[in-house]
Amino acid sequence: MIYIKLFLSFFQIGLFSFGGGYAALPLIEQQTIEVNGWITNQQFIDILTLSEMTPGPIAINAATFTGNQITGVLGGVIATIGVTMPSVIIVLLLAYFYFKYKNIKMVQGIIQGLRPAVVALIASAGLTIFLTAMFGHSEFPFQLDQLKIVSVVLFIIGIFLMRKYKLSPIQIMILSGISGIIIYAFI
Amino acid sequence: MKNNASLYKTLFKSTFFLSMFTFGGGYVIVPLMEKKFVNELKWITEDEMLDLIALGQSSPGPIAVNTSILVGYRMAGILGALVTVLGTIIPPLVIMSLLAYVYMAVSTNPIVNNMLLGMQAGVAAIIVNVVYNMASRIIKQKKIVPIIVMILALIAGIILQVNILWLLSISGVIGAITTYITLKNESTKEDKK
Repeated sequence: MIYIKLFLSFFQIGLFSFGGGYAALPLIEQQTIEVNGWITNQQFIDILTLSEMTPGPIAINAATFTGNQITGVLGGVIATIGVTMPSVIIVLLLAYFYFKYKNIKMVQGIIQGLRPAVVALIASAGLTIFLTAMFGHSEFPFQLDQLKIVSVVLFIIGIFLMRKYKLSPIQIMILSGISGIIIYAFI
Repeated sequence: MKNNASLYKTLFKSTFFLSMFTFGGGYVIVPLMEKKFVNELKWITEDEMLDLIALGQSSPGPIAVNTSILVGYRMAGILGALVTVLGTIIPPLVIMSLLAYVYMAVSTNPIVNNMLLGMQAGVAAIIVNVVYNMASRIIKQKKIVPIIVMILALIAGIILQVNILWLLSISGVIGAITTYITLKNESTKEDKK
């Protein structure tokens, strides 16, 4: 049944995303695109886009939206419960031991060990997002005539504004959205 | 705890409003949570809050959700944790459900389409920037093991397509071993003193 599958997939995403919202991206990509084929690359980026523009944790946003895309409102609720439940269980267990022993060095050490791998995984999901934004797909081979010049320009300007003027993600989203509307209206 | 009902109400209200009006995920919500519970309500001491935040970052799942669970548990046990987790997930759940509905209705509209196309480039820039910041933080530590793990995981993930769960498990074991060695070294040093 789709609801059970949806719940289990997002339970897995919640269970293995160490290090905050972006860490969930590679897992969401794996579960919803590669394993189950529920959404397309394009929709994956749209989900990320909308998550950046709305308040709340990105993983929750993505879970709600993906669930909604697949089976409607109930799907959104189930995916959200699925992605949250591992947190509730594990955090409460950790909290119990923490308040009992007040020692979290080992746990922190393991997490610090995970961090470089998590960065690599986010980079890998980021590559899919980048390639889809620039070429419209993320599978080899890439042809130069598929390259979307407008996207390349907006990408470079975005990076520049963030690094030089410290613009926030939401400001980047608004600017790139408006640019898209204006530029594509003329070409 | 003088009044349970008002405690639950404050817990729910605080987490609900933080989640409702904070853009940008855990890294933005958590400092605001600290401000609310440590500075304004004075329910939790600064030191303890830092431990709770570390604990929240060490657990899988969204950091904002984890930290709110910890605050709820600290103040009012399991029930408190349930209250704060609901406060944190209800706003994005409602907002995103509405947005998903709107998205399905308008995503074929040409203007919306052009906007999303522009935003794709923006999202690509944001995520590349995030990865750059995270990777440079690891490189700046100048420790050899994390850098090697990062490079190997990158190769294994992108070129060899190794399963994510394997990568996480192996690097977790490496983290456990290096922590064990450093903790042991520290304790032998202290013994010598």
